[in-house]
Amino acid sequence: MIIDINFVGLIITSIMASSVPLILASCGELITERSGVLNLGVEGMMIIGAISGFALMTATGSLVIAVFGAMLAGVLISTIFAFLTQTLITNHVATGLALTIFGIGISAMIGKNFVGIPGKEFPVLFESLKDAIPFLSPILFGHSIVFYFAFALPFITSYFLKKTKIGLIVRAVGDSPDSASNQGINVRLVRYLCILYGGAMCGLAGAYLSMIYTPQWIENMTGGRGWIALALVVFSTWNPIKILIGAMIFGGLTIIQFHMQAIGVRIPVQFLTALPYIVTIIVLVVISRDSRKIRLSTPSSLGKSFYKDN
Amino acid sequence: MEYLWEEEKLIKIVKRDQPSRAIFFLTPVLAIFLTLVAGGLIFYILGFKPFEALKFFFIVPIADMYGFSELLLKATPLCLIAIGLSFCFKSNNWNIGAEGQLTFGAIISGGVALLFYDQEGFYILPIVILAGAIGGMLYASIPAILKTYFNTNEILVSLMLVYVSKLILDYLVVGPWSNPEGFNFPETRQFSDSARLPLLVEGLRIHAGIFLALAAVVISWFIFYKTYLGFQMKVSGFSLKTAKYAGYKGKKMIILVFLISGACAGLAGVGEITGPIGQLHREVSPDYGFTAIIVAFLGRLNPVGIIFASLVVAITYLGAETAQIFMQIPKYTGQVFQGMILFFLLASDYLLFFKIKFIGSKK
Repeated sequence: MIIDINFVGLIITSIMASSVPLILASCGELITERSGVLNLGVEGMMIIGAISGFALMTATGSLVIAVFGAMLAGVLISTIFAFLTQTLITNHVATGLALTIFGIGISAMIGKNFVGIPGKEFPVLFESLKDAIPFLSPILFGHSIVFYFAFALPFITSYFLKKTKIGLIVRAVGDSPDSASNQGINVRLVRYLCILYGGAMCGLAGAYLSMIYTPQWIENMTGGRGWIALALVVFSTWNPIKILIGAMIFGGLTIIQFHMQAIGVRIPVQFLTALPYIVTIIVLVVISRDSRKIRLSTPSSLGKSFYKDN
Repeated sequence: MEYLWEEEKLIKIVKRDQPSRAIFFLTPVLAIFLTLVAGGLIFYILGFKPFEALKFFFIVPIADMYGFSELLLKATPLCLIAIGLSFCFKSNNWNIGAEGQLTFGAIISGGVALLFYDQEGFYILPIVILAGAIGGMLYASIPAILKTYFNTNEILVSLMLVYVSKLILDYLVVGPWSNPEGFNFPETRQFSDSARLPLLVEGLRIHAGIFLALAAVVISWFIFYKTYLGFQMKVSGFSLKTAKYAGYKGKKMIILVFLISGACAGLAGVGEITGPIGQLHREVSPDYGFTAIIVAFLGRLNPVGIIFASLVVAITYLGAETAQIFMQIPKYTGQVFQGMILFFLLASDYLLFFKIKFIGSKK
């Protein structure tokens, strides 16, 4: 069997493209979780981003407005979560679930008028270099700016958390809110900002889906990616670089089903579609089995409310 | 202490020594009221007359006997699942995959019902119902076992399994279980009459499944408030450390509450397919399993509260349909309302732990 090297390059490219929304959402959620907040509303924020981006693109015709509008929509919807969990001290899990249910409902409501409208072509960078080197060129060049941003984000996030002062503050707030508070850090403010940042990244992830990956609006188009992004954060043991690896694995699982069907492998399509979810469970089991490791890497105050009685 | 309106200091927010019991049951009412106000506002923004829209949403659907029967029909699975979930939530176990347990219960009981498709007999229905409960329990045992023995997050596992169960169902109704005389429609044969839950009123869809829900209410009330298990669950819910110190068998309890919750969701699945549907097809549940999470919270994890909550939330399903037909309001408004109810409920919980004191202006 002759393996066409360009075909392999093409598969790698499509795996990378499908992992972009996972990387964006996971890196956003990772910052939120490092500050001690568990936001289960990723799926809801992503779908809000998806419809906002698509709607703004259709309405204004401007891709820039659409992309930033989607991020802003993610910020706005996560403000609800931030206000509830931080100011009104509600339970993180329940509030996140409400956010997802609400987000899916709102997006379908707005999206009703956008079903069936074709999307726009999103400009790609370095298109002229696309054929310069066989195999490598299609992987490296000719992608949207969001694509490049996504693959830089884990490294930026890692640098931010490890090397910057603000990153240290975020980690301190997540690991020991009481000590951070005693050091004069406004825990609530830091957490607010981390939640809003997570919202922006989820909004961007959604916009990537509806504007670049499959440029159209389909109801419920995130299809559980938000939950897989949440699982990826656990998989990465809260280390942004590992998110990159995890997202590629899941991107690969999504892509493999198309190619398996193309080659004519006789496995029911439903089984292949279920594969990412089943693998997520298996991976979670393998990672979490070592409870000591999980305990050491989980932000200590994750999901716990912080209330300062002064 | 924290001051609102810092300069005038009219209001002071004080932490309560103990959560207020009266407010505990009043806040759900407040949450529903606030949802109506916010809903009216959304309708206004969308360009509808708010009062008219709310009337179509919450009053018109239940104005006649048929509507009332439909209300009970939708409230039945919600109540049943929410009762099961309250076992989990009370003891700090976040089972959010009831939708999957419902689906798997429907698959197993549907499979059994299909075995008897050309037979009649009094024994068929009990077997089908039992199969559904077992199916739900089996499916719920996966996150439970993974949580207890492999330390795996039950939220993510139970949720992932929802997608898996729906794909299994899809595979079965399209492939091996599809009706041989069905012209390739994605559905199974019709169940025999002996596998159907009897209708309660001729001409209406309300069926005997409602008794399953009511039985669950009574049994759960008894377990919660009259047994040692109920007490253990309550303690574990307040503090896992205390529960451990008291020597409760944590792992056993986690598995038990998941099994109970799965059985209830499975039964809700049986109710759907042997009640109004009568066969298996792709969509056995319009997300009852997720909506029931809201019902459980709105009912304050209290069996009687859950009855009321399931009726209120069931209206959002009916209202969404009516509003779509009469006013072209998109049907997803129902989900928006459900999300808002939970938001407002959680928000008004603030009043449980804090009280607002009016202390008069200082001059």
